[in-house]
Amino acid sequence: MGYVAVQGGITAIKNAEELTKYMRLRGKSIPLSVKQIQDQMRFLVDRVMGEGGLYSPFHASLAIKQAQGDPIEASFYLRAYRSTLPRLTESLPLEMEEMRITRRISSAFKNIPGGQILGATTDYHQRMLDFSLLEEEESQVEEFLHKQEQEKSEESPSWGPFRKVVDILREQELVKPTPEKVEEPIFDITQNSVAFPAPRSARLQMLARSETGGILALAYSSMRGFGSVHPTIAELRVGFVPVNIPHPYRKNKNLTIGFVEITEVEIVAKFAAEEKGEKPYFTLGYGICFGSNELKAISMAVLDRAMKEKEAKAPAQDQEFVLLHTDGIESSGFCSHFKLPHYITFQSALDRLRSTQEKQKKIKLTKEKRL
Amino acid sequence: MNNLLAKTKGTFQYNFAFIDEGSKREIRRKILKAIAIPGHQVPFASRELPIARGWGTGGLQITMSIIGPDDVLKVIDQGCDGSVNAVSLRNLLVKTTGVRTTFDSREATIIQTRHRIPEIPLKEGQILVYQVPLPEPLRRVEPRETETRRMHGESEYSPLWVSLYEDIVKWQAVSIGASYPCRVNEHYIMAPSPIPKYDINKLNMAENLNLFGAGREKRIYAVPPYTKVEPLQFSDKPFTIEDFSGLSCRRCGARNTFLDEIYDEETGEKYYVCSDTGNCDLLRQKNQEELRDEHDCA
Repeated sequence: MGYVAVQGGITAIKNAEELTKYMRLRGKSIPLSVKQIQDQMRFLVDRVMGEGGLYSPFHASLAIKQAQGDPIEASFYLRAYRSTLPRLTESLPLEMEEMRITRRISSAFKNIPGGQILGATTDYHQRMLDFSLLEEEESQVEEFLHKQEQEKSEESPSWGPFRKVVDILREQELVKPTPEKVEEPIFDITQNSVAFPAPRSARLQMLARSETGGILALAYSSMRGFGSVHPTIAELRVGFVPVNIPHPYRKNKNLTIGFVEITEVEIVAKFAAEEKGEKPYFTLGYGICFGSNELKAISMAVLDRAMKEKEAKAPAQDQEFVLLHTDGIESSGFCSHFKLPHYITFQSALDRLRSTQEKQKKIKLTKEKRL
Repeated sequence: MNNLLAKTKGTFQYNFAFIDEGSKREIRRKILKAIAIPGHQVPFASRELPIARGWGTGGLQITMSIIGPDDVLKVIDQGCDGSVNAVSLRNLLVKTTGVRTTFDSREATIIQTRHRIPEIPLKEGQILVYQVPLPEPLRRVEPRETETRRMHGESEYSPLWVSLYEDIVKWQAVSIGASYPCRVNEHYIMAPSPIPKYDINKLNMAENLNLFGAGREKRIYAVPPYTKVEPLQFSDKPFTIEDFSGLSCRRCGARNTFLDEIYDEETGEKYYVCSDTGNCDLLRQKNQEELRDEHDCA
């Protein structure tokens, strides 16, 4: 029973699925392996892990393959998958000084204790298309890898710990001392609906899961002058941080359950005093995200600082504006929902317009008659 | 979906109705609160589903939290059981619960809907679950959540009344079509989800329970059975509904239902059919039976 559309709906959905798969494979090239994506598309994998809110390069790579390279779609798959996973425990706060650093720069000081490490970055590349990549042969790759690994073994890697640049400023009382009390309990955005003004833990969590392009645009608006905070990057570091949990049986003992790759940025922004007449300090902004995603971490730090303004005078300073409009999963979902049928609402709108037109016509006629 | 998981995880199975029991319990608690305070938007921790935000995740989370194996489910989009998204949501619910489904609104214990209330009045014991895109009726006059929450708390509804008044001054009538703001239980003003004005009066003193879920905006609210729901109106400018006078459904001939305006693919000719397809099918069946009876008598 029912409309032909009932059957049509079911087959149409099925056919759309098939067709989507066909579009991925119709070029008849070798299907991408998840391993290839995980190894060679690392920035995309990192972005998807960050926006999906789940640290798993394997699942992120699978999502990218399934989403055919659409980062928002892939993050969405990962976020939905995350909903099905049990919450086993809460980790201890990450000890960022323990990070095994692969890249570390400061634009505040020429020299920092522990030194700057340029690491793998395209920052100073000349962005010219490299046509030699068209002929990347296995033997060349092997030779390159062999050479790299020999050089690496000659250098003894330095695992730190590396002190934070901001701590140096703190010692000199240029930055406010760390508050002794940590916000307790930490707000969990996956378990609670956020109300505004939101606690800082909620703000940072929301930014850390936000869509890279979204927060870049808002942070850029601040950088250009809509509520500028005049940021300087005190420190940007990328590397692997141990994740520790309290030992499930033994008291006062922690367990390292693995490492996550993290980008962390601390910006120092224009100085301010808490109250009039009090000692002024540099203000701070903090950015952190999964994997290597420096634009996101910097943007997050700028927005974190911008949102600390007591009175929002620019979009980037407005918590509600920034946080409610930068989640990729939510914004993309709502944007795409406009593709759903809106026959009923539109029928209502048609009814309103037609009746209003009718009324205007009558008024015009009576006016003309009077003349 | 289950096959995919079986391949990688072996024994992994989804929970009944997808969401874990802890989350369901939280959502049910929020539903109870919403029922206790009719029209009040209760915040809840919306879970991510394998359906996109804005595509009915609020309604889905409510349905998933209240559904049991003995329920009979109907899912409609724009009144239609066969609309692509209704099919997709029904598939997900059936796949994860195995419940019986129906197109007949009288049979259903839970009806999940987008943009319509079924034509046949619902009865006690039935639950109508609405998918809500924008739960905040004050959003049209105030973009900030912090402000609108305060306004509800203080019953500060004058900006909304003024906007309706301005509409009348400018256009001689209120220009709001779907999602017309209503006052619930003589207290909170509520967005009834984008149902047409035609459906608003069905909410008033309805026998069934109405649950509203906004997944992206993370809000649940309710209109319990036998609760007063009044559309905002001025005594000299009464609330009006969509006008279908003189029109009828091409399929069943009904003259008193909400109609979809349709243009013929080939001739471009405009005609109308019922938006509630389940009811339209029942009316058609009835027509045919009557025809048969007449034939038999003759």
